[in-house]
Amino acid sequence: MGNGTSIGRVRGLGSSHQGAHHWLLTRLTAVGNLILIPYLIVSLALLPDFEWATVHSWLAKPVPATALILTFINTFYHARLGIQVMLEDYVHEEAGKIAAWLLVNIVPFAAGAFGVVSVIRIALGAA
Amino acid sequence: MAQAHSNRPISPHLQIWRWGPAMLVSILHRVTGNGLAFAGLALLLWWVGAIAGGEQSYQTFISFVWTGAGSPLAALTAILAKLVLVGLTWAFFQHMASGLRHLVLDIGVGYELHTNARWSVLTLVFSVLATALFWAFVLMPR
Repeated sequence: MGNGTSIGRVRGLGSSHQGAHHWLLTRLTAVGNLILIPYLIVSLALLPDFEWATVHSWLAKPVPATALILTFINTFYHARLGIQVMLEDYVHEEAGKIAAWLLVNIVPFAAGAFGVVSVIRIALGAA
Repeated sequence: MAQAHSNRPISPHLQIWRWGPAMLVSILHRVTGNGLAFAGLALLLWWVGAIAGGEQSYQTFISFVWTGAGSPLAALTAILAKLVLVGLTWAFFQHMASGLRHLVLDIGVGYELHTNARWSVLTLVFSVLATALFWAFVLMPR
């Protein structure tokens, strides 16, 4: 109470009081990425070759499979937070805001789920 | 938005200020982040989906993204994809370096003009060097 103008309160404009959580989650997932992505690119660079059998058997091992599943969860969450900030800066029309809200809340989770399912298929030996 | 139609004074924007390294690093953080999010994660999903799909689907992925074997379309996309892969590697190193810079700025240090400019430039130097070293290592005969 007592924040903003009366008309602002009626229209529901002003702080949503969720910004700090968004900010903190961006940092948290950033630190996660700082471990997961270098692990992924160093592991890939150290593979003896990039034939299917080599890559598949590496990815089927427990630690790489776990790391890649975590990578999908963490990167898609981090990307979702960053894209939201970008859209908030550049999309100003009401219809565009609704489309953007649908986009950032559906696509990253669908895409991340596809990645996780793919790793599970590899790890459990289906081909 | 209401202010788009008003005649009230607006604040000076990009074309007014003299560009400095911090401004460049700031916009590059957004550009590389969104590039990684859209192109990088899409490519990562295609890669892992192709591995899960078996040897044949992995070969399709490799021909479109790297060797260009099999079709004229793949030959074309393989050239583009190599540029995209190098670009994404640079984008990752740049985003990581400027992200680390943000974590330092978050604790309230590094705002003095010369310090700020120096670390901004260093993120640019790091990303180019790291990209070159990474690809030199990957392409090195083994």
